[in-house]
Amino acid sequence: MTTQAPTSGRSFFLRPQDMIGIALLALLLLVVLPLALDNFRLQFVGKYLTYAFVALGLVLCWGYAGILSLGQGVFFGLGGYCMAMYLKLEASSVENTRIQSTPGIPDFMDWNQITALPWFWEPFRHFGFTTLAVVAVPALFALILGFALFKRRVGGVYFAIITQALAAIMTILIVGQQGYTGGINGITDLRTLHGWDIRTDGAKTVLYFVCVGLLLACILLAYYVKSSKLGRLLVAMRDKEDRVRFSGYDVSSFKVFVFCLSAALSGIGGAMFTLQVGFMSPSFVGIVPSIEMVIYTAVGGRLSILGAIYGTLLVNWAKTSFSESFPELWLLGLGGLFIAVVLAFPNGIAGLWQVHVAPRLGPLFGGPARRAASPAVAEPLPVATPAVAE
Amino acid sequence: MSTHQDGSDKFSATRRRLLKGLAALPAAPLLSSTALFPSRAFAQAPATSAVNTTGLAVTDTDVTVGILHSVTGTMAISETGSVQAEKLAIDQINAMGGVLGRKIKFVQEDGASDWPNFAEKAKKLLVNDKCAAVFGCWTSASRKAVLPVFEQYNGMLYYPTFYEGLEQSKNVIYTGQEATQQIIAGLDWVQREKGAKSFYLLGSDYIWPRTSNKIARKHIENFMKGSKVVGEEYFPLGHTQFNSVINKIKLTKPDVIYAIIVGGSNVAFYKQLKAAGIDLSKQTLLTISVTEDEIDGIGGDNIAGAYSCMKYFQSLDNPNNKDFVAAFKKMWGEKTVIGDVTQAAYLGPWLWKLTVEKAGSFDIDKIAEASAGIEFPKAPEGYVKIHPNHHLWSKTRVGQAQLDGQFKVVFETPDLIEPNPFPKGYQ
Repeated sequence: MTTQAPTSGRSFFLRPQDMIGIALLALLLLVVLPLALDNFRLQFVGKYLTYAFVALGLVLCWGYAGILSLGQGVFFGLGGYCMAMYLKLEASSVENTRIQSTPGIPDFMDWNQITALPWFWEPFRHFGFTTLAVVAVPALFALILGFALFKRRVGGVYFAIITQALAAIMTILIVGQQGYTGGINGITDLRTLHGWDIRTDGAKTVLYFVCVGLLLACILLAYYVKSSKLGRLLVAMRDKEDRVRFSGYDVSSFKVFVFCLSAALSGIGGAMFTLQVGFMSPSFVGIVPSIEMVIYTAVGGRLSILGAIYGTLLVNWAKTSFSESFPELWLLGLGGLFIAVVLAFPNGIAGLWQVHVAPRLGPLFGGPARRAASPAVAEPLPVATPAVAE
Repeated sequence: MSTHQDGSDKFSATRRRLLKGLAALPAAPLLSSTALFPSRAFAQAPATSAVNTTGLAVTDTDVTVGILHSVTGTMAISETGSVQAEKLAIDQINAMGGVLGRKIKFVQEDGASDWPNFAEKAKKLLVNDKCAAVFGCWTSASRKAVLPVFEQYNGMLYYPTFYEGLEQSKNVIYTGQEATQQIIAGLDWVQREKGAKSFYLLGSDYIWPRTSNKIARKHIENFMKGSKVVGEEYFPLGHTQFNSVINKIKLTKPDVIYAIIVGGSNVAFYKQLKAAGIDLSKQTLLTISVTEDEIDGIGGDNIAGAYSCMKYFQSLDNPNNKDFVAAFKKMWGEKTVIGDVTQAAYLGPWLWKLTVEKAGSFDIDKIAEASAGIEFPKAPEGYVKIHPNHHLWSKTRVGQAQLDGQFKVVFETPDLIEPNPFPKGYQ
């Protein structure tokens, strides 16, 4: 099943109902939540939203292009580590680290008998380079991986397995090279960004709004990609790859592109995570967090850009509140929630919205458009496809 | 909402007071001691405004503390004992009239063996629940994750695990041993007792085993005449294939295998050692990472004969420990075992109570200051005292693992050892 052909005469990439959806989300994140929640809970929302970047990437990569990556944590981690390296270097000034045998290098290096800063840490003294690296390093990594796999037409389940292996390798690498990476402890005790103390409540609030701003920008980008010719090609590839190839398109290049885009989005999320939480650790890189991020997307609805954001917020909110209420049983409750969602609403929250709520609200909220002849809803719903792409 | 021992809202607090009042009525003529009679104990309690100037969760009748350990995930098996010990100590303190006339309530949070989660929960305990103290963490990674949180929000953490040192904070009291306390006395003992000259160092690959082995190597090479390290190897956490290193050990024939393998890997390591024909009653093996809790998983017959060096064993023969073991088993069941960290966790609430009473205040700054010099003669391990660097003076002991999973104490340092988290000459 493919997207409806674009309505003729539409020049802008957002449909009215998309604009309303984005505006509502912006209202929720920028006005309602900051007013309704105290600073402490708002910081949690800020943290959850960093995962939403990954979920957003997965909607494009998995939902639209049908490439299921179980290694998005790697890209989240790469972005996060790039930012953490910059912040750690700033926190490890000579006067802050006077008690070490080698002052001026990060504390964990000193514990591991390293006496000089490794060469690949040097560029992270510069903020400009770091900002670029947050996006470029994950994207470059995805580019290499994408070229190696998609050009050889590795796809579907095999691709998912390889990305999962990659997540495992990355964790082992980070844990094993603890002199250079901080090992299992991660990079902790980050203090200032360009001299600005990121640990204060005021700074956290500012970072929250920066995070929301970036997320909204990324959402717009995702909508743009989705509505462009590229977006329609991605959907076509997902549903009949050979037909697209025979039409003369270089399928693998499109796949590489969308994979890189999702990696870059994850990297931004990782960097925002490091800034808001104040540390980065290999536990965000491994298999479990990577799969959790897929779950956020699945709960939200993998075909809906906004659904993924709500899914991320919902799952994380449930995680926090279950674990606070039932510290010894919460994992079972959370597992139950996932099973229930997959069994009862395979298209996630977005599917529920489109089937049950939107039709009653009219076209502006994603209901059936008056002029559309077909009964199709605004977002394409897949025919009962299994959860894993092809 | 979180699990509270006594309910969390005003309603249940009032109800509890009412119930307590009702319960006390018929008992009133029978009780004479003020310590056993809560309402009179409360009457003597100093005003809340005087003992709590920074907005902690302290009321006229109770004070809230936090318990932050993993009760799910891979670390749950190790941390459960600590949770049990802390709850026991809190119960006992409450039975004696509480702290400054206030009953201790606790909020328990699950770290879920996930370090970032520890940071999130620590923040919740400090910012949301305003806990007057937090007892928790186990792994170094979890402590490193919460440390900035405690420093930023000015909380007080009582950390129970033996650890690598190289750290000292106003906001942490380290009730376990730091690395030099645990390592040096044990190495000296094995050299003296077994005439050991060559050592093979093993460890799980993270900061504690690496730092500990660094200290061990420096001590062996610089301070023990004629001794040398013949091998040093690390394995990822959760590693279960030790055959290649066991072969190397068989080839190099070290006098001592010095093992700092943690968690589930221990089970595989000791079983494979036994299967390879290494008899621990002939080959000396010294570890600093196996407590009674680990033997529960390894099995006494797989490790019998090995030596473990730490500050506490369940079999310690002193009146404090007898009472502690009896009370612990009464509360948590006959089958539970008590390891070094469990005992150190038990010290946390007691040391906090003594410090609060010395300071005459719950304020974190005053507690941080008053901690130095706090003595706890009733500790199961024997007398302990807090050093100005917030670690404990403690004795170090060597125990030999027995078939029944207990240790037989074969050596004890005559004096308390001074904690030295930043040892000169060992960096």
